[in-house]
Amino acid sequence: MITLTDFLLVGAVLFCTGIYMIVSKRNSIQVLIGIELMLNAAILNLVAFGRFDKLKNGGQVFALFAIVLAAATTAVALAIILNVYRRYKTIDPDEIKNLRD
Amino acid sequence: MSLIRIMFYIMSFIAIASALYAALSKNLVRSIFIFFVTLFALAGLYVIALADFVAVTQVVIYVGGILVLILFAFMLSGRETLNIIQQRKGKFINMGKIPAVILAVLFLAVLVNVILKADADNLPWIKQAIAQKNEITPTSSTIDNIGVNLMTTYLLPFEAISILLLMALVGAAHLSRKEGRA
Repeated sequence: MITLTDFLLVGAVLFCTGIYMIVSKRNSIQVLIGIELMLNAAILNLVAFGRFDKLKNGGQVFALFAIVLAAATTAVALAIILNVYRRYKTIDPDEIKNLRD
Repeated sequence: MSLIRIMFYIMSFIAIASALYAALSKNLVRSIFIFFVTLFALAGLYVIALADFVAVTQVVIYVGGILVLILFAFMLSGRETLNIIQQRKGKFINMGKIPAVILAVLFLAVLVNVILKADADNLPWIKQAIAQKNEITPTSSTIDNIGVNLMTTYLLPFEAISILLLMALVGAAHLSRKEGRA
Protein backbone atom coordinates (compact mmCIF):
# COMPACT_ATOMS: atom_id res chain seq x y z
CA MET A 1 0.00 0.00 0.00
CA ILE A 2 1.07 3.61 -0.53
CA THR A 3 2.38 5.16 2.65
CA LEU A 4 1.07 8.37 4.14
CA THR A 5 4.36 10.19 3.58
CA ASP A 6 4.08 9.80 -0.20
CA PHE A 7 0.73 11.58 -0.26
CA LEU A 8 2.03 14.31 2.04
CA LEU A 9 5.03 14.93 -0.22
CA VAL A 10 2.86 15.24 -3.33
CA GLY A 11 0.61 17.63 -1.43
CA ALA A 12 3.60 19.72 -0.35
CA VAL A 13 4.83 20.08 -3.95
CA LEU A 14 1.36 21.12 -5.16
CA PHE A 15 1.04 23.62 -2.29
CA CYS A 16 4.33 25.27 -3.16
CA THR A 17 3.34 25.49 -6.83
CA GLY A 18 0.20 27.29 -5.66
CA ILE A 19 2.26 29.71 -3.57
CA TYR A 20 4.46 30.46 -6.56
CA MET A 21 1.42 31.18 -8.74
CA ILE A 22 -0.17 33.48 -6.18
CA VAL A 23 2.97 35.49 -5.59
CA SER A 24 4.24 35.85 -9.13
CA LYS A 25 1.23 36.10 -11.46
CA ARG A 26 -0.10 39.38 -12.84
CA ASN A 27 -3.53 38.05 -13.66
CA SER A 28 -6.32 37.63 -11.13
CA ILE A 29 -7.57 34.44 -12.78
CA GLN A 30 -4.16 32.80 -12.49
CA VAL A 31 -3.92 33.89 -8.86
CA LEU A 32 -7.30 32.18 -8.37
CA ILE A 33 -5.96 29.01 -9.99
CA GLY A 34 -3.04 29.13 -7.54
CA ILE A 35 -5.47 29.33 -4.63
CA GLU A 36 -7.37 26.33 -6.03
CA LEU A 37 -4.10 24.40 -6.25
CA MET A 38 -3.34 25.10 -2.59
CA LEU A 39 -6.85 24.02 -1.61
CA ASN A 40 -6.45 20.81 -3.58
CA ALA A 41 -3.17 20.05 -1.83
CA ALA A 42 -4.92 20.46 1.51
CA ILE A 43 -7.78 18.21 0.37
CA LEU A 44 -5.26 15.56 -0.68
CA ASN A 45 -3.81 15.58 2.83
CA LEU A 46 -7.29 15.30 4.36
CA VAL A 47 -8.15 12.34 2.15
CA ALA A 48 -4.85 10.61 2.85
CA PHE A 49 -5.36 10.86 6.61
CA GLY A 50 -9.03 9.98 6.25
CA ARG A 51 -8.08 6.44 5.27
CA PHE A 52 -7.47 5.67 8.93
CA ASP A 53 -10.92 6.75 10.09
CA LYS A 54 -13.44 4.24 8.87
CA LEU A 55 -16.17 4.71 11.45
CA LYS A 56 -16.50 8.50 11.56
CA ASN A 57 -15.17 9.36 8.08
CA GLY A 58 -13.81 12.64 9.44
CA GLY A 59 -11.22 13.23 6.73
CA GLN A 60 -13.45 12.45 3.79
CA VAL A 61 -16.41 14.49 5.03
CA PHE A 62 -14.10 17.41 5.73
CA ALA A 63 -12.69 17.06 2.22
CA LEU A 64 -16.23 17.25 0.81
CA PHE A 65 -16.90 20.40 2.83
CA ALA A 66 -13.64 21.93 1.59
CA ILE A 67 -14.59 21.22 -2.05
CA VAL A 68 -18.00 22.84 -1.59
CA LEU A 69 -16.44 25.85 0.14
CA ALA A 70 -13.97 26.20 -2.73
CA ALA A 71 -16.90 26.25 -5.16
CA ALA A 72 -18.63 29.04 -3.21
CA THR A 73 -15.41 31.03 -2.90
CA THR A 74 -14.67 30.77 -6.60
CA ALA A 75 -18.14 31.95 -7.58
CA VAL A 76 -17.81 35.07 -5.40
CA ALA A 77 -14.21 35.71 -6.45
CA LEU A 78 -15.07 35.51 -10.14
CA ALA A 79 -17.99 37.89 -9.66
CA ILE A 80 -15.57 40.32 -7.98
CA ILE A 81 -13.06 39.90 -10.82
CA LEU A 82 -15.72 40.65 -13.42
CA ASN A 83 -16.84 43.71 -11.49
CA VAL A 84 -13.26 44.97 -11.16
CA TYR A 85 -12.72 44.42 -14.86
CA ARG A 86 -15.83 46.40 -15.69
CA ARG A 87 -14.73 49.30 -13.53
CA TYR A 88 -10.95 49.42 -14.12
CA LYS A 89 -10.67 47.64 -17.49
CA THR A 90 -7.88 45.47 -16.10
CA ILE A 91 -7.60 42.40 -13.89
CA ASP A 92 -4.04 43.03 -12.75
CA PRO A 93 -4.08 42.96 -8.92
CA ASP A 94 -1.34 45.61 -8.79
CA GLU A 95 -3.34 48.15 -10.76
CA ILE A 96 -6.30 48.28 -8.42
CA LYS A 97 -5.59 51.03 -5.92
CA ASN A 98 -8.89 52.02 -4.35
CA LEU A 99 -12.01 50.12 -3.43
CA ARG A 100 -14.46 52.74 -4.62
CA ASP A 101 -13.91 55.75 -6.81
CA MET B 1 6.68 -3.02 -7.23
CA SER B 2 2.94 -3.47 -7.17
CA LEU B 3 0.55 -2.11 -9.77
CA ILE B 4 -1.07 0.32 -7.34
CA ARG B 5 2.33 1.87 -6.60
CA ILE B 6 3.03 2.34 -10.31
CA MET B 7 -0.42 3.96 -10.68
CA PHE B 8 0.37 6.26 -7.76
CA TYR B 9 3.64 7.38 -9.33
CA ILE B 10 2.01 7.97 -12.72
CA MET B 11 -0.85 9.97 -11.19
CA SER B 12 1.36 12.10 -8.97
CA PHE B 13 3.77 12.74 -11.84
CA ILE B 14 0.91 13.92 -14.06
CA ALA B 15 -0.50 16.09 -11.28
CA ILE B 16 2.81 17.77 -10.40
CA ALA B 17 3.96 18.19 -14.01
CA SER B 18 0.67 19.74 -15.14
CA ALA B 19 0.58 22.02 -12.08
CA LEU B 20 4.10 23.21 -12.85
CA TYR B 21 3.15 23.77 -16.48
CA ALA B 22 0.11 25.78 -15.39
CA ALA B 23 2.36 27.86 -13.15
CA LEU B 24 5.09 28.47 -15.71
CA SER B 25 3.00 28.94 -18.84
CA LYS B 26 2.74 32.46 -20.20
CA ASN B 27 -0.50 31.69 -21.98
CA LEU B 28 -3.56 32.06 -19.78
CA VAL B 29 -5.76 29.72 -21.85
CA ARG B 30 -3.17 26.94 -21.75
CA SER B 31 -2.74 27.47 -18.04
CA ILE B 32 -6.50 27.08 -17.48
CA PHE B 33 -6.85 24.00 -19.66
CA ILE B 34 -3.82 22.23 -18.18
CA PHE B 35 -5.40 22.85 -14.77
CA PHE B 36 -8.16 20.46 -15.91
CA VAL B 37 -5.51 17.74 -16.17
CA THR B 38 -4.23 18.50 -12.67
CA LEU B 39 -7.71 18.18 -11.23
CA PHE B 40 -8.35 14.87 -13.00
CA ALA B 41 -5.01 13.48 -11.82
CA LEU B 42 -5.86 14.56 -8.28
CA ALA B 43 -9.18 12.71 -8.56
CA GLY B 44 -7.16 9.64 -9.49
CA LEU B 45 -4.97 10.16 -6.44
CA TYR B 46 -8.09 10.31 -4.25
CA VAL B 47 -9.18 6.97 -5.68
CA ILE B 48 -5.78 5.53 -4.80
CA ALA B 49 -6.23 6.91 -1.27
CA LEU B 50 -9.50 4.88 -1.15
CA ALA B 51 -11.80 7.90 -1.14
CA ASP B 52 -13.90 7.24 -4.23
CA PHE B 53 -16.80 9.46 -3.21
CA VAL B 54 -14.49 12.45 -2.78
CA ALA B 55 -12.99 11.68 -6.20
CA VAL B 56 -16.42 11.74 -7.85
CA THR B 57 -17.26 14.99 -6.06
CA GLN B 58 -13.97 16.45 -7.24
CA VAL B 59 -14.78 15.65 -10.86
CA VAL B 60 -18.35 16.93 -10.61
CA ILE B 61 -17.75 20.16 -8.69
CA TYR B 62 -14.22 21.19 -9.65
CA VAL B 63 -14.03 20.06 -13.25
CA GLY B 64 -17.70 20.60 -13.99
CA GLY B 65 -18.36 23.74 -12.02
CA ILE B 66 -15.34 25.77 -11.05
CA LEU B 67 -13.40 25.42 -14.28
CA VAL B 68 -16.41 26.35 -16.37
CA LEU B 69 -16.78 29.44 -14.16
CA ILE B 70 -13.11 30.31 -14.63
CA LEU B 71 -13.39 29.88 -18.41
CA PHE B 72 -16.50 32.05 -18.35
CA ALA B 73 -14.70 34.86 -16.53
CA PHE B 74 -11.80 34.54 -18.92
CA MET B 75 -14.09 34.88 -21.93
CA LEU B 76 -15.72 37.97 -20.44
CA SER B 77 -12.47 39.85 -19.83
CA GLY B 78 -11.01 41.32 -22.96
CA ARG B 79 -8.05 40.08 -24.93
CA GLU B 80 -5.89 43.18 -25.33
CA THR B 81 -5.89 43.96 -21.61
CA LEU B 82 -4.55 40.47 -20.94
CA ASN B 83 -1.70 41.13 -23.36
CA ILE B 84 -0.79 44.41 -21.67
CA ILE B 85 -0.62 42.67 -18.30
CA GLN B 86 2.17 40.37 -19.38
CA GLN B 87 4.62 43.17 -20.17
CA ARG B 88 4.28 45.23 -17.02
CA LYS B 89 6.62 45.24 -14.06
CA GLY B 90 5.25 44.25 -10.68
CA LYS B 91 5.01 46.51 -7.70
CA PHE B 92 3.60 45.35 -4.40
CA ILE B 93 2.15 41.84 -4.16
CA ASN B 94 3.91 40.93 -7.34
CA MET B 95 7.50 40.25 -6.37
CA GLY B 96 8.76 39.13 -9.76
CA LYS B 97 9.89 35.70 -10.81
CA ILE B 98 13.09 35.02 -8.89
CA PRO B 99 11.95 36.01 -5.37
CA ALA B 100 8.79 33.98 -5.97
CA VAL B 101 10.82 30.92 -6.94
CA ILE B 102 13.05 31.37 -3.89
CA LEU B 103 10.02 31.72 -1.61
CA ALA B 104 8.31 28.63 -3.03
CA VAL B 105 11.46 26.49 -2.91
CA LEU B 106 12.27 27.51 0.65
CA PHE B 107 8.71 26.76 1.73
CA LEU B 108 8.92 23.39 -0.01
CA ALA B 109 12.18 22.63 1.80
CA VAL B 110 10.58 23.45 5.15
CA LEU B 111 7.49 21.34 4.37
CA VAL B 112 9.48 18.33 3.19
CA ASN B 113 11.72 18.56 6.23
CA VAL B 114 8.73 18.68 8.56
CA ILE B 115 7.00 15.76 6.78
CA LEU B 116 10.10 13.58 6.92
CA LYS B 117 10.72 14.46 10.57
CA ALA B 118 7.09 13.88 11.57
CA ASP B 119 7.16 10.33 10.19
CA ALA B 120 3.40 10.24 9.68
CA ASP B 121 3.14 6.47 9.21
CA ASN B 122 4.19 5.76 12.78
CA LEU B 123 1.91 8.20 14.60
CA PRO B 124 0.26 6.66 17.67
CA TRP B 125 -3.34 7.18 16.56
CA ILE B 126 -2.66 5.67 13.14
CA LYS B 127 -1.06 2.60 14.71
CA GLN B 128 -4.08 2.34 16.97
CA ALA B 129 -6.47 2.67 14.02
CA ILE B 130 -4.70 -0.12 12.16
CA ALA B 131 -4.71 -2.30 15.27
CA GLN B 132 -8.45 -1.74 15.79
CA LYS B 133 -9.23 -2.49 12.11
CA ASN B 134 -10.43 1.12 11.74
CA GLU B 135 -8.62 1.46 8.43
CA ILE B 136 -10.44 1.62 5.10
CA THR B 137 -9.48 -1.41 3.02
CA PRO B 138 -9.80 -1.63 -0.78
CA THR B 139 -12.78 -3.97 -0.50
CA SER B 140 -14.81 -1.96 1.99
CA SER B 141 -17.62 0.31 0.77
CA THR B 142 -17.62 3.70 2.49
CA ILE B 143 -20.33 5.64 0.68
CA ASP B 144 -23.31 4.57 2.81
CA ASN B 145 -21.26 5.21 5.94
CA ILE B 146 -20.45 8.72 4.68
CA GLY B 147 -24.14 9.35 4.07
CA VAL B 148 -25.14 8.21 7.53
CA ASN B 149 -22.37 10.25 9.16
CA LEU B 150 -23.30 13.33 7.14
CA MET B 151 -26.86 13.16 8.44
CA THR B 152 -25.98 12.36 12.07
CA THR B 153 -22.51 13.35 13.26
CA TYR B 154 -21.87 16.17 10.82
CA LEU B 155 -25.41 17.53 10.54
CA LEU B 156 -24.62 20.98 11.95
CA PRO B 157 -21.67 21.69 9.57
CA PHE B 158 -23.82 20.36 6.73
CA GLU B 159 -26.59 22.86 7.45
CA ALA B 160 -24.09 25.67 8.00
CA ILE B 161 -22.54 24.99 4.62
CA SER B 162 -25.95 25.05 2.95
CA ILE B 163 -26.60 28.51 4.40
CA LEU B 164 -23.15 29.59 3.25
CA LEU B 165 -23.80 28.34 -0.29
CA LEU B 166 -27.02 30.33 -0.39
CA MET B 167 -25.18 33.43 0.82
CA ALA B 168 -22.46 32.94 -1.80
CA LEU B 169 -25.04 32.58 -4.57
CA VAL B 170 -26.90 35.72 -3.52
CA GLY B 171 -23.63 37.62 -3.11
CA ALA B 172 -22.30 36.57 -6.50
CA ALA B 173 -25.55 37.53 -8.20
CA HIS B 174 -25.51 40.87 -6.39
CA LEU B 175 -21.88 41.58 -7.28
CA SER B 176 -22.16 40.76 -10.95
CA ARG B 177 -25.31 42.76 -11.67
CA LYS B 178 -25.28 45.71 -14.02
CA GLU B 179 -24.12 49.07 -12.78
CA GLY B 180 -26.37 52.10 -12.45
CA ARG B 181 -29.49 50.77 -10.84
CA ALA B 182 -28.28 51.58 -7.29
